[in-house]
Amino acid sequence: MKRAFALVAATAAVAVAPFVVGTYHVLLMLPFMAYAVVLLGLNLLFGYAGLVSFGHALFVGIGAYTGAFITSHTKIRSLEVILLAAGVLGALAAVPVAALCVRYVKIYFGMLTLAFGMVFYTFVLKFYRLTGGDEGTPFLRPALLGLGLEAMPKIDYLTGPFYYYSMAVLGLAMLVMWRIVRSPFGLCLRTIRDNPGKAETLGIGVTRYRFLAFVISAVYAAVGGALLGPPIGNVDPTLAYWTHSGNLVFMTLLGGFASFFGPVVGAFVFIYLQNWVMSVVEYWRLVFGAILALIVIFAPEGLVGLVTRRRPAPAARA
Amino acid sequence: MMLRADGLTKRYGEFLALDGVSLTVGEGEFVSIIGPNGAGKSTLINVLTGVIRPSSGSVRFKEREVAGIGPVRLARLGMARSFQLVQIFPDLTVLETLQAAVVSRLGRGTRLFTSLAADREVQAGALEVAELFGLAERRHVPARHLPQGDKKLLDVASAFALKPEIILLDEPTSGVSTADKTAIMETLVAASRRVGLRAIIQVEHDMDIVFAYSDRIVALHQGKVLADDAPAAILSDQRVIDTVIGRRAARS
Repeated sequence: MKRAFALVAATAAVAVAPFVVGTYHVLLMLPFMAYAVVLLGLNLLFGYAGLVSFGHALFVGIGAYTGAFITSHTKIRSLEVILLAAGVLGALAAVPVAALCVRYVKIYFGMLTLAFGMVFYTFVLKFYRLTGGDEGTPFLRPALLGLGLEAMPKIDYLTGPFYYYSMAVLGLAMLVMWRIVRSPFGLCLRTIRDNPGKAETLGIGVTRYRFLAFVISAVYAAVGGALLGPPIGNVDPTLAYWTHSGNLVFMTLLGGFASFFGPVVGAFVFIYLQNWVMSVVEYWRLVFGAILALIVIFAPEGLVGLVTRRRPAPAARA
Repeated sequence: MMLRADGLTKRYGEFLALDGVSLTVGEGEFVSIIGPNGAGKSTLINVLTGVIRPSSGSVRFKEREVAGIGPVRLARLGMARSFQLVQIFPDLTVLETLQAAVVSRLGRGTRLFTSLAADREVQAGALEVAELFGLAERRHVPARHLPQGDKKLLDVASAFALKPEIILLDEPTSGVSTADKTAIMETLVAASRRVGLRAIIQVEHDMDIVFAYSDRIVALHQGKVLADDAPAAILSDQRVIDTVIGRRAARS
């Protein structure tokens, strides 16, 4: 009940934010919503399947570059088409990567995903004619639900129609992921996370489930990546760099990978905290490093875990 | 014949863990595998359940060659197992653990968008097994919070939730107090009748349990079958008494 109330309150707050907070803070909500979509997918792999990917910037990059390429090189402007194409390309790229990576676990899985991420980073950096190299590719303003909105000033477009479009995409992404984690598939993933050997003796094919989770998480990352593009206006290789993958893991840890909403909270806190710390300290990475260390040591279940662990454990209630 | 192993050997370098082991398990049989530590019991269970591929020999289950095919395919064929060291899903509740087994049995694991909570067949199947094993009252308790005896029961119950035709139990009462051992075995035998189990193989050290429940006993020693007979015949086999059971235990 409390969770439902918190969800309704959070949704209402996000919905009214453009009317009650300044433009600057509303604009910060856009990367938050894009990253929240990415992290919902990443956490299917991290929190539910127990695999930590250090290469998901690859799929964020695929989504963002898909949108940039489509808007820059074709006449297509529809964001629906862009999101669909990003999701499909993310899935297609994930198939060979997942087929190899999910055969490994722990640090080996992490390092392999990192390696694939760096291969993609090098690709976008070096294939200048396709990607614009280090200068990147412009992500032109996409049309929303068939509306071009070209005449609208950029800030109005981003804090108005695009803001609510992002909110709708995030809402839909949450709804779909909520179904997935509460499906038989979601349960099987959790058995694999907890004890893959035991899961196999119950007839649950570990590799197959990890593969599916990886592909789904890649689709989410690509869709989120495509949403990141319009506010930036230009997609460059830093989106695909390994430190970006590290940021995604950081956001997930910050919010808490053990909870469905943890990564969403993590994305929100990360974006605003980063913005604030950068405005007061030059060496913001130093501060973030310290925060990450504190979280791992004192709040391994993240910010959401800090709140929920005050409740008595289920065994104590039973 | 439900299960037939012929000439199984398993070599680890110079060490021969199994040396030409053959055994059969027929319909309705409760077969116990006994032997001193290092006799090859766990290796045999691991080979029979497809976890380890034998160096040579064959394992046939329901007239199909199954040596080394892996636990996933064997589970789908109708062979389940439990472990000597209790194997649970620590963060899953009792009911979720059993639901996972039922989901797997029904082949619904890749359903991405159907609600698990609304799947009545899965819910009912899991609850039925929880009740059979006396775990229904603790169905919402995460497995890591269960007492050791209940963890052991849950491990076995999840194997039963697959509704297998044959089950291999690796020391089902190990780590459990003497008082709880008989209760676990009684629960297990009653559950096996309810789910229509066609055969049970167990590895067990407790000779009271072995002789109370077995139709047949296979004694292993140094990777070889020392004896394969009915409990009464095993008790009169001097080699088995000397190497496996011990004289005091045989007298009691």
